[in-house]
Amino acid sequence: MKKVAVIVSALCMLIAPLAGIAANPDQDLKNFRKHFTEKFSSVPLQDFTNGVYSVDKASREQWEAFEDFPPYEIFVDKGNVLFNKAFKNGKTYASCFPKAKKGIKQNYPFFDKKRGEVVTLELAINECRKKNGEKPLKYKKGKMAHLSAYIAYKSRGHKGNVKITSTPESMAWYDRGKKHFYAKRGQLNMSCADCHYYNAGNKIRADILSPALGHTSHFPVYRNKWSLASASGDGMGTLHRRYGGCNKQVRAKPFKAQSKEYRSLEYFHTFMSNGLTMNGPGIRK
Amino acid sequence: MRHTAKTISTATTVAALLGTLAFSLPGISIAEDASAIAEGKKIAFNKKKGNCLACHDIKGGKLPGNIGPALSIEGVAMKDRFPDKSKLRAQIFDSRSANPNTIMPPFGAHEILSDAELDKVVEYIYSL
Ligand code: HEC
Ligand code: HEC
Repeated sequence: MKKVAVIVSALCMLIAPLAGIAANPDQDLKNFRKHFTEKFSSVPLQDFTNGVYSVDKASREQWEAFEDFPPYEIFVDKGNVLFNKAFKNGKTYASCFPKAKKGIKQNYPFFDKKRGEVVTLELAINECRKKNGEKPLKYKKGKMAHLSAYIAYKSRGHKGNVKITSTPESMAWYDRGKKHFYAKRGQLNMSCADCHYYNAGNKIRADILSPALGHTSHFPVYRNKWSLASASGDGMGTLHRRYGGCNKQVRAKPFKAQSKEYRSLEYFHTFMSNGLTMNGPGIRK
Repeated sequence: MRHTAKTISTATTVAALLGTLAFSLPGISIAEDASAIAEGKKIAFNKKKGNCLACHDIKGGKLPGNIGPALSIEGVAMKDRFPDKSKLRAQIFDSRSANPNTIMPPFGAHEILSDAELDKVVEYIYSL
């Protein structure tokens, strides 16, 4: 019996490094953070929540000026109104998110043991609607992004607190997300890591690539590009909208917002920024 | 009749001569190269084609990225960096042959560029 155990553990030691995904999220987080804090040694850890502006001093001033009259404000207000408006049954979102006003975004996404899947804030918003007899909202923009922006705003100041439980099921979600982040994809054959890990701070044409550390802290985000593309100037978009855009850039077919694939990616991606302060919604080009 | 035949055969000889000369006459081959180079440059700079400027500084290109090494460097000819032109072609056809984890897209292997387009880009880059 003892012998078998020794053989099995020896095998595991052989296989784990080969597979390259020795499942240890805490160690992953340490290495991930170290990569960026060493690469950008003059950037304080918490400043990574400012995305590209943490490493691009030249455009930072202009961005800070935007923050004086933040274009996302009216959408946070719209989210506030939606959040407090009664459903047909008389209840509001508060019945599903009793602590929203004190801040809850830092705890999303989480692995729901009962259901065996990762739940993001946007998924939970639609499930709340369903539970109350309302039609689901679209996931990438519009009302969903406004509600998410309002909740993000109320969560400002809390530190990212995503929990990866060590059950095989939740680890499978985590590993899928991690693989997505490092895997080459699309006709152009590039990974998220190619641009936002290995080449963070470098220029791709005129764009400086943001570090993946701190990527998720300020979502949803108001983008000038999205605002220009919208008839009403509504530039708010969710994290999964951004994922789709970055997949398209490398000529890969994007996954659906809130697909298993993107929820897995969000699980990994957000866990990597644990301990960083929520500062959503943000403003970006 | 005879006369005509002679004229034709002379004409054929001249044409044949010209045909061989086209490959060796420096004047003509330069003209061919020049147009391949010019077209190659257009393909390399086109955002929807090579988009090489996304990552490489190249003389005459605006707002280049800096993910890859500069391709035009004062005093360093590409011919000296790649004495073997086929190696340069291989780098552009499938950059993974030199570095399996490269960020540079495999332009030939993934059919981002056609063979003809790739050849022209190689001519252009080789001229730098
Ligand atoms: C070809 C390069 C490239 C690839 C590959 C890429 N991105 Fe991006 N990404 C960009 C650029 C350029 C921007 C805009 C500038 C910036 O903020 O980095 C951006 C922005 C983002 C942002 C917004 C950052 C912010 O602060 O708001 C997120 C999040 C993001 N990318 C995630 C990803 C993920 C996840 C993947 C893989 C699925 C990915 N990207 C793949 C180039 C890329
Ligand atoms: C997304 C980034 C990217 C794009 C786009 C790109 N390259 Fe590269 N290229 C690189 C990197 C990075 C290297 C350095 C070697 C490596 O990491 O594989 C490189 C290396 C090279 C080299 C070798 C240079 C040397 O001196 O060793 C050549 C030649 C080259 N690229 C040509 C091109 C051409 C031509 C195009 C467009 C058709 C192109 N590249 C597009 C990133 C890119």
